[in-house]
Amino acid sequence: MDSIFSGLLQALYLLVNGDAEVYEVAILTIKVSGFATLLSVSIGIPVGLWLALKEFPGKRFFLSLINFGMGLPPVVVGLFVSLFLWRYGPLGMLGIMYTVWAMIIAQAVIASPIVAGLSFAALSGLNPKLRLQLLSLGATEWQANWLLIKEAKLGLLAAVMAGFGGVVSEVGASMMVGGNIKGQTRVLTTATVMEVGKGNYDIALAFSFVLLIVVYGIVALLTYMQNSGKRDSV
Amino acid sequence: MNKKNSRNLLAVLLIGLMIVGLVGCGAKQDKAPQESAKPVVQDVILATTTSTQDSGLLDVLIPAFEKKTGYKVKTIAVGTGQALAMGEKGEADVLLVHAPDAEKKVVASGAAINRLMVMHNDFIIVGAVDDVAKTKGQTVAAAMEAIAKAQAPFLSRGDKSGTHQMEQKLWKQAGVVPSGSWYQEVGAGMGQTLNIANEKKGYTLTDRATFLAQKKNLALEILVEGDAKLLNIYHVMEVNPEKFAKVNNAGAKAFSAFLVSSEGQALISTFGKDKYGQALFFADAGKTEKDFGL
Repeated sequence: MDSIFSGLLQALYLLVNGDAEVYEVAILTIKVSGFATLLSVSIGIPVGLWLALKEFPGKRFFLSLINFGMGLPPVVVGLFVSLFLWRYGPLGMLGIMYTVWAMIIAQAVIASPIVAGLSFAALSGLNPKLRLQLLSLGATEWQANWLLIKEAKLGLLAAVMAGFGGVVSEVGASMMVGGNIKGQTRVLTTATVMEVGKGNYDIALAFSFVLLIVVYGIVALLTYMQNSGKRDSV
Repeated sequence: MNKKNSRNLLAVLLIGLMIVGLVGCGAKQDKAPQESAKPVVQDVILATTTSTQDSGLLDVLIPAFEKKTGYKVKTIAVGTGQALAMGEKGEADVLLVHAPDAEKKVVASGAAINRLMVMHNDFIIVGAVDDVAKTKGQTVAAAMEAIAKAQAPFLSRGDKSGTHQMEQKLWKQAGVVPSGSWYQEVGAGMGQTLNIANEKKGYTLTDRATFLAQKKNLALEILVEGDAKLLNIYHVMEVNPEKFAKVNNAGAKAFSAFLVSSEGQALISTFGKDKYGQALFFADAGKTEKDFGL
């Protein structure tokens, strides 16, 4: 109990005093996971929309793959991304192993199926006649799609939150492809694991609390956007 | 409706801008030192063991090296087994490891060159204070036999690290094949293994540096030490650029040279004295294994 409390105090102390290392790690975490989430949104929402609108043979199989992808273990993703990005791997010439780009790629791979699957669920929850109605009212294809996305905003933002939550909290892939390099690829989760390994429980707890604060901050922002959408439709 | 729409759009745009701005700033920060630094290829990938990171030694050595040379070290702290494997695949530039027998194989295979002794400390067997197997003060072989006989929990690294390889060698020398529920392989770094041993009131083999660095959290005590078999020697090696054209050999050479330089050796031999009252590593540049009777 004592250590939890002292960890909280330590976290506050580090935050209030603007401990440069903690800030650096926290900002890098937001950058990496934020960028990965953006990528996964730009892939996942169109895929979800496409799946919700189109009927084609093998759709169920494709959906099962997406749903399978939602549970993709981060360490497995990390391992595969490593194999591709190694110096002597197929994408070795990019030279991005142990950089933030490798982490962003791995995290985007983890989050994309989550966003796609939940977007599909959100968009297929809409009345199927809505799109036809919009089109018959003179909307172009793109306008109709955009209106559908807006209509499903509640569910789509939940998808974004789930995607962000998935990548900001994972440690296996980030450790493997990023390497937890100080000042370069050290994010809150890998820093926490390392500090536990060093036996610095207070600092590990401080990193954990900072992580919780970061996650809450982002999710609160998205929730706010979600609720402003709710008022819209009422 | 329209007003609200534009407000939402604005919010989304703002968040997008923030993220782009952050990424942009990061990129700028990354570039600044690159322009001022001397080396052509700046990044040096150092594959090393968890003990050098968990003890805090690298936090002293790496900044000094970076400041002196302008290189940027990417430290990948894994077990010695994995570090050597990275060298064998050409995925690291320089290796700082502590499993002499396995190192020699890697050098013999041509994957690594210029193996130099850097430092040593020693392994110790630690365990709960009550010491159910009565190992205190015994020789290593006798202590390990006693642990096996008493079926007292023994936590093994189980990760092909230098410590794990040493442990396997010691079991062999003691003539014991460890198996059964008392012998537990954790597959974790040294720091984590010590935590588990602490919780389970088990025995484990550890390097002295990590143990001293973590002692404040542990109710374990040193039971076996000082046996000549427990020597823990660290070597630095460059990954062979003739075999792997992509390695940054200039950076590897510079790092290796720094470790055995008088400056690097002084940092090593004084590290930990202020905090633990004793040095965690003993500097050994210029020595060979013959000096230790190996």
